[in-house]
Amino acid sequence: MQSQAEVKQVDHEVKHTQFSEFVSFSVAGQAFCLKITQIREIRRWSPVTILPHAPSDVLGVMNLRGAVIPIYDLSARFGLEQTEASERNVVIVVAVHGKQVGLLAESVSEIISINPEEIQDTPQVDSRNTMEYIQGIISHNESMVRIINLDAVITAPEQVLL
Amino acid sequence: MSGSIQDTFFEECEDLLEAMDEGLTAIEGGEHDQEVVNAIFRAVHSIKGGAGAFGLDELVGFAHKFETVFDELRSGKLEFDTALIQLLLRSSDHLADLVANARDGGTTDQAHHDVLIEALAKYIPEEEEDLTFEPMGLSGAFAPEPIMDDSEKTFEIRFHPLKEMYGTGNEPFFLFQALSELGELSVRLDDSELPGFDTIDAEESYLAWNLTLITKDSQDSIEAVFEFVEGLCELTISSDADPAEEADALAALNAAFGTDAEPTADAGQPDPFEQPAPAKEAEVSAPVEEKASLPKTETAKTEQRGPKPTLRVDLERVDRLINAVGELIINHSMLAQQIANLDAGDVRDVETELEGFKNLARDIQEGVMSIRAQPVKPLFQRMARIVREASSATGKTAKLVTEGEATEVDKTVIERLSDPLTHILRNAVDHGIEKPEGREEAGKDKAGEIRLSASHRSGSVCIEIRDDGAGVNRPRVKQIAIDKGLIPENAELTDSEIDNLLFLPGFSTAKEVSNLSGRGVGMDVVKNAVTGLGGRINISSTPGKGSTFTIILPLTLAVMDGMVVSVADQTMVVPITSIVETMRGSDEMINNLGADGTLLSIRGNFVPICDVAGALGLRQCHDQPPGVYLLVETETGQRSALAVDDIFDQRQVVIKSLDGVCGNIPGVAAATILGDGKIAMILDPESIIAASPSAAAFDTERRISNAIAS
Amino acid sequence: MKTKVLAIDDSRTIRNLLAAALEEAGFEYHSAVDGRDGVDKYADVAPDVVITDINMPILDGFGVIEELRGTQINSKVPILVLTTESAPELKSRARAAGATGWITKPFDDQSLIFALKRVTGAAA
Repeated sequence: MQSQAEVKQVDHEVKHTQFSEFVSFSVAGQAFCLKITQIREIRRWSPVTILPHAPSDVLGVMNLRGAVIPIYDLSARFGLEQTEASERNVVIVVAVHGKQVGLLAESVSEIISINPEEIQDTPQVDSRNTMEYIQGIISHNESMVRIINLDAVITAPEQVLL
Repeated sequence: MSGSIQDTFFEECEDLLEAMDEGLTAIEGGEHDQEVVNAIFRAVHSIKGGAGAFGLDELVGFAHKFETVFDELRSGKLEFDTALIQLLLRSSDHLADLVANARDGGTTDQAHHDVLIEALAKYIPEEEEDLTFEPMGLSGAFAPEPIMDDSEKTFEIRFHPLKEMYGTGNEPFFLFQALSELGELSVRLDDSELPGFDTIDAEESYLAWNLTLITKDSQDSIEAVFEFVEGLCELTISSDADPAEEADALAALNAAFGTDAEPTADAGQPDPFEQPAPAKEAEVSAPVEEKASLPKTETAKTEQRGPKPTLRVDLERVDRLINAVGELIINHSMLAQQIANLDAGDVRDVETELEGFKNLARDIQEGVMSIRAQPVKPLFQRMARIVREASSATGKTAKLVTEGEATEVDKTVIERLSDPLTHILRNAVDHGIEKPEGREEAGKDKAGEIRLSASHRSGSVCIEIRDDGAGVNRPRVKQIAIDKGLIPENAELTDSEIDNLLFLPGFSTAKEVSNLSGRGVGMDVVKNAVTGLGGRINISSTPGKGSTFTIILPLTLAVMDGMVVSVADQTMVVPITSIVETMRGSDEMINNLGADGTLLSIRGNFVPICDVAGALGLRQCHDQPPGVYLLVETETGQRSALAVDDIFDQRQVVIKSLDGVCGNIPGVAAATILGDGKIAMILDPESIIAASPSAAAFDTERRISNAIAS
Repeated sequence: MKTKVLAIDDSRTIRNLLAAALEEAGFEYHSAVDGRDGVDKYADVAPDVVITDINMPILDGFGVIEELRGTQINSKVPILVLTTESAPELKSRARAAGATGWITKPFDDQSLIFALKRVTGAAA
């Protein structure tokens, strides 16, 4: 218990529960995953409405059953190349900061069950983005899957002034 | 469950605080009517009562002090004077803060709290001040339950009602029934005092009862049963146990456990015929004279019985309904579109039905929208406080006069107007209203006046803030704008243009940032907030006479009539209200001006063209000549031609806020969902023009164009 | 037969608290929002017991008691005064008007029920 308490809080959340289900997917050829409880639904990509003056990693907005939700290009968000979105791609709708947002990924791979013990801390690499957005890594089928720190990837929406 | 009751309490507090404010405003205005004072008293009293139920001690304590002062006022022991009214106003503000803190978990400004408590206490006579409100009577019998010894005791009770008891609805039988719940009770009627039949006095009480109760409960529990008839009967209770011994043992036990069993004096007095203590008798006789001085309530009886019946509905439910109606309207346009696409032969009948569907949907929508409409009165009342605080912080005297308080506006608009109004009012006091000496020199009343009014004006709501201060200091405003590089040094501006410089980002006229209207926030933020509501703000000013801010807002936030247009392959919506005219463009209408300025000639007038795609960053240059121009007029009367690719149709759209989806996007007011399920941006013409690349050169262009035109 | 209670209080919070406590304890709960409303409702509800606030608009608690006990209605129904006032003179004034007893705000459910039992003999 003592050692767990010292782990960063975000890690703590993941490591605390026994055998969590994660959904793995690929972004710019790399494998990432999100806890299944963070995911609301997965949709096929369809063209979105462009937001004027939006940064390159914000693709636009889409209508999700009457709600306007922003769609992010995960690849661009991670500092990788921008995704050429097509019908083959998917939008992963997640709930974060009490809002729903869509994340564009190449494709969804599978649902994996992870024992928190298996989660390794992100090794120090020379990329601030990586350290910030990845909260841990796991080895699955002899390849590396990166656990996304959703809170860091999607910061709380800006408040309108005043 | 208690959570929801507590919610109701805070909701009710809002109403009560409003009533209190209303009353105080009347009093401030010189209306010292008894009923006004009573109404305030009741409001504060109800807050105290509710707060007590939820253990909000700080609130209870303060409300009690506040209420006591009003009690003094309504009983005529205290008279209103200016100092007292100011104190009451400040106290009411503080009470509102305490309620807010209790609800939202804020912390109280303790120093301020203490100052007010002390100030209020000066108006309260000593003995009343100590009148705290602790639960009485039942204290011994209930929580915390004192430790009882477990053994059964036998109590002998003699109960002889006085004739006064029969008028109070107390039934001996029910008392006995309550006693029997404590243990084994036997009841013997003693009618020995009953006189002969012919001498009987119907008013007199001749009957008495001797009761024997075997119980594990204490004597306090028994006394508690007789609480309501205390003083209305002769009551003696004695027990078989040695009273002194029992009391000692209990006291020791309770002392050990820190509870207080409150052994009563009666416990040691076994005399069955002892009369009630004189003090208790006094209670019965004293009120008779007082009764004559009862406040007359008859006059009020004929008054109208409160407001029309209303229904309180969870706002969420209303919003769900509004959303559903919004979907219904989207659904209608989808249907219409699909029918149009059907390519079927005669669809006229269907279209007629569809038209009926649309009208019904609009009716429902209007009905639902009106549910969200609320009078601006509470908002305006809060503003009185802002002016009060701003005045005392700046050492100026300013009074807020409100008009059109009954004007109804969408609830969200009201909520989101609070901050901009606060800011404008602080500004008005801080920068507009002169110091009292300055006002006297100018031949004005020492006290400044700020008039806050609301009215409906052709489908929109107009909020006006008019002060009688010095007006905008135009030379200074212009100089500041030049110093800050907001306008070129040689700019020639009209008075109205100078006044509107106040709304530019990064503009602040205060030499030193005062802690009042300063805080690094300028009028640009106010403007953003108003445009965020789909509204417009304008300023007009007369030197030496004052300034007027005019805010025009849409009646509802949820729907609007829009023109559906196409811009750089995106479908977008432009609010109909801002469009003066639409026209198909032709090459001969376009006139180049300078390097990248273009003017549109309309019947001999020239207006600058604003390329919407370019302003939104969707297209770099004019690679294709725009097909359609939307002539729009800004609130300062400037006209611009918005160039778009095409116009589709005009329709009602449901506004979906982009708050929380993304930050403020220049040029975009909100979004909507179109008939095909796609999202379209709703444009904000004002900020598009501001964001237009040619906007910088705009002023000179316009001046030239006007020169050409005239 | 449930014991019928008519609660007269201008505070919605207090009415809600009373409703919650009384309905839970098995009473039939009726309410009125001011004294006049209370006296009016009295005839319709025909309560077994009345609980009334003192400080109310239009007709205050004393007025309620006087009207109910007065010649027009001449009610013998127990009337409990619900009050934040613990001043003895208020209590005795209420009693002189014909109040049966009093409940001090803030009240706890237990003492409220206990008071009701003593004046109505309710089994609840």
